[in-house]
Amino acid sequence: MNIAWSTFTPWSALAGGALIGLAASVLLLVNGRIAGISGILAGLVRAPGDRAWRLAFVSGLLAAPLVAGLVLPQHVFPTALPPGIQETLRLLVAGLLVGLGTRMANGCTSGHGVCGLARLSLRSLAAVAVFMGAAFGVVFVVRHVLPGAGA
Amino acid sequence: MSTPQLSDKTDTLGSLAGALVAGLIFGLGLLLAGMTNPAKVLGFLDIAGAWDPSLALVMVGGIAVARIGVLAVRRRGGTLTGLPLHMPHERPVDRPLLIGSALFGLGWGLAGFCPGPAVVAIGFDYLPAFPVVAGMLIGLWVLPSKWLGR
Repeated sequence: MNIAWSTFTPWSALAGGALIGLAASVLLLVNGRIAGISGILAGLVRAPGDRAWRLAFVSGLLAAPLVAGLVLPQHVFPTALPPGIQETLRLLVAGLLVGLGTRMANGCTSGHGVCGLARLSLRSLAAVAVFMGAAFGVVFVVRHVLPGAGA
Repeated sequence: MSTPQLSDKTDTLGSLAGALVAGLIFGLGLLLAGMTNPAKVLGFLDIAGAWDPSLALVMVGGIAVARIGVLAVRRRGGTLTGLPLHMPHERPVDRPLLIGSALFGLGWGLAGFCPGPAVVAIGFDYLPAFPVVAGMLIGLWVLPSKWLGR
């Protein structure tokens, strides 16, 4: 295994993770809700009621870059050229898979990965093992098996 | 833990402010951790390349601090506001969980975005996040609940 020490950022990763855990604790203690982003979004696009707290949480997510611009270094904002048509389609399909998959599995990296593992849930452990495995696998195929095929 | 509290309390301005602040802190955490940079996420997912283990530490930090919140709410037996506690019922590992997680992992590895960071990236006009979020919302909306046994 070849570790990229030059891009390894252990302290900001731990601190960022701790903020995510703090946010999950606030939402649980104040609102009685699990901070699972896919579930919160699914409730917004599907559920008839119960939208107010979800909208408030998503507004906070969307406003975070504004606040980050004041308190975090500029390099937290990546830049990218506008994606072309082929790239846009690839991203759309990827997003579709993320949406379908997290709805079927009832959770994503936050709901299963952070909150579920913090609750010591066996279902979440299984979900994390499978989605990490699938993600490692697809990146391996795209980068090392199909050279020149994108990403 | 799985018994819901009997409460007819609904959201107040205070609890909505709590949700807003939680979303804000969550987004700041994702930005600081580098989760909103797909190149960094893919650097973590590429174990056969030059591997950047940072995101494993995001999980460690997140789980450790979220665990404190879980233990606090369990010890109190409820929320600080009296709002009902919506804890997931522990169900067996089933096929939708496994298939769904595999599909999610495929999409995550293709785009380098999971749901939270994709939404935050919209907030700083990161153009590749727009098709990801569009696809994601369609995917979250399209499956009927009865197909999923809910």
